[in-house]
Amino acid sequence: MEGSAQPSVLSPQEPESPQALAAAVSEAASAGTAVRFVGGHTKIAWGSAAGQATPISTKGLRTIHEHNAGDLTAVVDAGVTLAELQEQVGSEGQMLALDPPLGEGDAATLGGIVATGDSGPLRHRYGSARDLVVGMTVALSDGTLAKSGGKVIKNVAGYDIAKLFTGAYGTLGAILGISVRLHPLSPTTATAIGRSDDPGLLASAATGLSHARVELQSLDVRWEAGVGAVLARFGGQSAAEPAREAAGVMGEQGLDTEVADDDGALWDAQRAGQRSSEGTVVKVSGLQTQIPELLRTARALDARVVGRAGLGLYWVTLPPGSNAAEGLQSVRRALVPSPCVVLDAPDQVRDAVDVWGAPDPATLVLMRRVKERFDAAGVCAPGLFAGGL
Amino acid sequence: MSTGAVGLAAELRSVCGDEHVLTHRHQLRTYESDGLLQYAALPGVVVLPGNGAEVQGVVRACHEAGVPFVARGSGSGLSGGAMPVEGGCVIALSRLRRILEVDLDNQRVTVEPGVTNIAVSEVVGPSHFYPPDPSSQLVCSIGGNVAENSGGAHCFKYGFTTNYVTGLEVILPDGELVHLGAKGLDTPGYDLVGAFVGSEGTLGIATSITVRVVPSPETTRTLVAFFDSTSEAGSVVSAVVAEGIVAGAMEMMDNLSIRAAEGATKAGYPQDAGAALVIELDGSHSECESRFEKVVALCEQGGAWKVRVAADEAERALIWKTRKAAFAAMGRIAPNYYVQDSVIPRTKMAAVLGQIEELAAEYDLKVANVFHAGDGNLHPLVCYDGAVEGEPERAEELAGLIVKACVEAGGSITGEHGVGVDKKRYMPQMFGEDDLATFQRLRCAFDPAGLANPGKVMPTPRLCGEVPGPYREHPLEAAGLAERM
Repeated sequence: MEGSAQPSVLSPQEPESPQALAAAVSEAASAGTAVRFVGGHTKIAWGSAAGQATPISTKGLRTIHEHNAGDLTAVVDAGVTLAELQEQVGSEGQMLALDPPLGEGDAATLGGIVATGDSGPLRHRYGSARDLVVGMTVALSDGTLAKSGGKVIKNVAGYDIAKLFTGAYGTLGAILGISVRLHPLSPTTATAIGRSDDPGLLASAATGLSHARVELQSLDVRWEAGVGAVLARFGGQSAAEPAREAAGVMGEQGLDTEVADDDGALWDAQRAGQRSSEGTVVKVSGLQTQIPELLRTARALDARVVGRAGLGLYWVTLPPGSNAAEGLQSVRRALVPSPCVVLDAPDQVRDAVDVWGAPDPATLVLMRRVKERFDAAGVCAPGLFAGGL
Repeated sequence: MSTGAVGLAAELRSVCGDEHVLTHRHQLRTYESDGLLQYAALPGVVVLPGNGAEVQGVVRACHEAGVPFVARGSGSGLSGGAMPVEGGCVIALSRLRRILEVDLDNQRVTVEPGVTNIAVSEVVGPSHFYPPDPSSQLVCSIGGNVAENSGGAHCFKYGFTTNYVTGLEVILPDGELVHLGAKGLDTPGYDLVGAFVGSEGTLGIATSITVRVVPSPETTRTLVAFFDSTSEAGSVVSAVVAEGIVAGAMEMMDNLSIRAAEGATKAGYPQDAGAALVIELDGSHSECESRFEKVVALCEQGGAWKVRVAADEAERALIWKTRKAAFAAMGRIAPNYYVQDSVIPRTKMAAVLGQIEELAAEYDLKVANVFHAGDGNLHPLVCYDGAVEGEPERAEELAGLIVKACVEAGGSITGEHGVGVDKKRYMPQMFGEDDLATFQRLRCAFDPAGLANPGKVMPTPRLCGEVPGPYREHPLEAAGLAERM
């Protein structure tokens, strides 16, 4: 696209180089046209119901530039899908330890996952995008192309602009490429499952495992249709043994237990539980001690819960047909002061509720100052983000 | 003392009490450097606030007087990050050492910035610990760790300070108080905690810090293996990584550092070894045991002529004592040294170490190497004698060339010590003008007046774009510290 006829700022664009993408953004800024950055369109509805914005796609940037297996790093364009990257690094026994739901057709791109800060069960052991991205290239609305970080896993030179853009929903500028830290794939995995319909029992089992001196890959909780479960996944040379021990402990606590050696489907279901095509998904940024309250609230609302029991992050799905606005209020009231953000939701729900909740006013002032410095023209997805940013 | 600082001192006394405001030259001299003694500047005033509210009062007073300020924790930093601004204000946080909350159920500890790193692990131990463990952890402060995004020997597996801080109370450079992040993860809005950690005191002062702690590993196994050369030891590091083993720590010392450290600790490291490689695995018992056996075998296959496995905690402590003594013991090799902490992609280790060796020969100076081998974070110590004419300059030049070689290999100018004053001149080797200007946008959002630790991080002083209006002289211009770009 670079050097070809001037693209119209009003039609969808798919620039094929970082320079072309930066130029497209700055052209839109000059024209005062709002833009938003899109990848696989798997989370396109997330955020506040914002006004019209011209989509600029990262799908023209789709190269895996480096996979340095010996250094456990990779350098990747934002338009590459996570599935593509996993396939490539997986061939050498490695993974990017980031496993959010990939959306329809596994289309989620790295740019979109990083921009929304989305994550999955592996976060328990490996952290999230903010912890795994070691370098980033961004485009700002004045046409600036800038990089921060590097491609080594340890680096404190310069400000951590990558963390600022991670989870910023493209409101500061476009993410064009990232460097990431990789991890070895586990030779075996096994999962201990403990089931119960008693929120208190589930919570104490989850807490016990979260504080145990064992190395877990993932520690999740689940609640659906009146029954819940704690899932503890182990990796390593012989994952089955510690999984059996963990199941034993949960059994003594009164849960119905089972060990799954072939546990892929269990975790696919956990990931899938973070999305809903018809219900309203509320992400809770809470604490691990809130599990009992969370599960009781879910029971009362007939809602589904999946979440990271050791991290205090939960996704509550309010069923379609229920009064989602009231349900959201109940969840927020029960878990105060933990932020509760609406992700997937039917349009009429999104229009009717405060998607993000109210940020702290003093912090919001500072966030606005950041927004103004990075996107002075105010054209990068205006109004989409928390606090109307 | 400048007139601005005289007026400021009076204001600071009313905020913190007379006894906590220092203005006599002999008192100020204590604060003229941090752990990097090559750089010194005499502040106009040093103030020791006793709590967060006093810090806020102090920062507000500095802002109103237009006096630049530098926050200081334990002063153990190695990049000159806490070096004062000449005639400016040093805000020493050593009296803010309260542990505010231990919420073990949620695996969080909230502390004031002057609390030492080790104190966090102690208050939650032995069941839990706080993973970032800089070698200076007995004295260095959490506030300083936040400013520098400190790492340590175990960060290859466990990550850095930035991976553990979830919430901050910050006094912005204009004296406003803000809360960034929270006890929980993923607070909606920009990740200003992520932006603040590692910003080297240029975005404000954290007065309360909430960190995540984790369960202690069930088992820890430690060995030290001795090789003829660092390249042999380096190949073993690669073999361990290729095996898919994520070690808790992998630390290497070359012959010079072995001799220096052994002289200090008498731990029984053979003085003729070309390299010592410390490998520590931790985790669940069964996993650790099988992998540790594999690591021992890899060392032996890789040419180790001696592998010493720590039989108990005392032996483990001795192995680590020798590793951690390496810096301090360098005085046995040379009267002075320059320490760098450049990072290289680990696979380039043999090539870069070879280059360093050639450069050292060319400059006729000794370079000792002690480094975090797992993540490629080198610590080349360029030894010199400050009393010999021309040697300090030669050493500095050599140190610069080592940094250049690391950046050219795809690495970084600093892995954990920070840029500070020491490495800001190297920043253009890693970052172009647009990158630096983008850093400055963040700085300006937090500190438009440029009063928080000016003169650090950025290679050339720069000011924030002014709000449109008539020209007014910037306080830093008046002080001769910056020019309008």
